[in-house]
Parts: sequence; C-alpha cells; structure tokens
Amino acid sequence: MIDLDDLDRAILRALSLDGSLSAGELGRRLGLSQPGAWRRVRRLEEAGVLAGRRVDVDRAALGFGVTVFLGVKLATKGRVSLEDFERAVMAIPEVQVVQHVLGLFDYRLRVVARDIADFERVLRRRIMTLPGVGQVEANVLLTEERRMGPIG
Amino acid sequence: MQFDDADRRILRHYLADPGLARAELAERAGVTQATLWRRLERLTEGGVVGRMQAVIDWRKLGYAVEVSLRFTLDKTNPRAFDEFIAAAREVPEVVGIETFLGRVDVRLNVIARDMAQYQEVYRRRILALPHIAEVEALMLIATIKDGEGLPL
Repeated sequence: MIDLDDLDRAILRALSLDGSLSAGELGRRLGLSQPGAWRRVRRLEEAGVLAGRRVDVDRAALGFGVTVFLGVKLATKGRVSLEDFERAVMAIPEVQVVQHVLGLFDYRLRVVARDIADFERVLRRRIMTLPGVGQVEANVLLTEERRMGPIG
Repeated sequence: MQFDDADRRILRHYLADPGLARAELAERAGVTQATLWRRLERLTEGGVVGRMQAVIDWRKLGYAVEVSLRFTLDKTNPRAFDEFIAAAREVPEVVGIETFLGRVDVRLNVIARDMAQYQEVYRRRILALPHIAEVEALMLIATIKDGEGLPL
C-alpha cells in the first residue's frame, strides 16, 4: 500500500475539487515545481489511487431525466452462475453501475432512462429478463453528492 | 440546447472516459481537435458539462471496507432530510450522499479501513445521525462496472 505525505493528500484534495488542473497549476498552488507535481501525480496514478476522472453532466439536458437505483435479488443462485447475470447486465447500455453486494440484495444497479415510461421499458424488457433475476426494488435518484472523504 | 450527431459522439466518448487526452478523444469522436475544443466549450458554457473531478480508489489507500447504508427517515419532522444530511457531511468516512424517491430516503456510502473501524464509525457516528427510522446495510463485494456513460 502506498504511503501518502501531506503534499500527496493536498494533491488528492485539489484534484477531487478540480480534476482538470495541470501539473503546472497544481505545482503553483502547492509550491512545487511543474515536474515535481507531475511526478507525484504520476506516482498516485501508478499506485491506482488516482483511478481516473469523472465529469458532472446535466443528464436531463441530454434527455436522460431519470436515474434509478435497483436492488436485485437473484432467484436461482445455485443454478445460474453469477457470471451469467453479470455478463448479461453489463451489456445493457442504460446500466451505468453494477455492484455485487452482500445483504438484502445481491446486486445494486444504477440505471439511466429518458423518463419513467422509458425506465419501465428498460425494467420490463432488459432487467426482468436477465438470467436468474428475482426480486427487484427500485428507488428513483433525486440528488447526489460526492464527498471528499478521509483526505478532506 | 440542441445537439447534433457530433455533439453526441463527443459526449459518448467523453463521458465514458473523461480522463482521455484531447487528441485521443477527437480521434475517437471522429472530429478535428479544433472542432472538439469548440464543441466542448459550447457544452460547458451551456451548463451541460460541468466540473471534472479525480476519482480516488479508496481500496488502494487501505480502505478495504465499503458499505452502502440505506436509511428511512422519520418524516414527521419536516427538517429530517436537511438535518440528517448536514450531520452526515460531518462524517469523514461518508464519501457519497444520495436522496431517493421510493422505499429508501437517503443512502450513504461509507468506507473504513477494516471491519473493526467500520463498526466504530457505524456505532459512534452513523447511528448518532438525527431522525433515523430504519437502516439497512449492503456490503460491497465487488464493483463489476462503474461508469457514467450515457447511451447517446
């Protein structure tokens, strides 16, 4: 596991707020040279700590007005392998996130749709027909926020 | 705001991998770099594309436990949502807050170094949050897919 010093943590904080910062800009803010900042960012990327970028997008403006989280329970865990379910669910373009979980459900899915009618179509035609799918619970996403976490 | 096929191609590739170098993104979307620049600027000014953030892989920093906590709040108190969320923001181990329409009111994404620390956070910080009526936990086993691409 990678050890972080205060500068590494400051870099993670800065990039959590603005992932488009260049090494030069990061360096200026933190009192590092451009190559020095670049080397640290590179090290965090190589260690897998910096796992890429995400971008805020106005999904409604792009015609995707509804985001729904589904809790899915498999009906036939013994017979149908988890791999079959995962392979099939991965192929659905409206499914953004697939998480294997332990608890009330077996999987959590994040699904985008144009509207509630479109969501119903995805649910009936794509989700309910997945191999092994059992009970499904849907919750419509209203707001979401990402927090800085323990480096904040 | 209106979108044409070039906008949709750019957004499809950009949202699938926002960390992509601009030259590579232009090539995948089949536009020139000058066009890409102009289109992204227009989408940003129109508020469709917002800020970019770094994605931190907490497991790589030694946070081996990730739990999705689903809350039902006591809605007889009109301030329940606001007060619960304000208090949840004060817990450093909370890395995500989502609100829903459905059986679940709020979901918190909580990370911890191990089960002992999780138990500590859960007992001392989470159960101390105001207006909790019910709480359920889903423990993350594996993230199979995690993206924010849209089927444009």
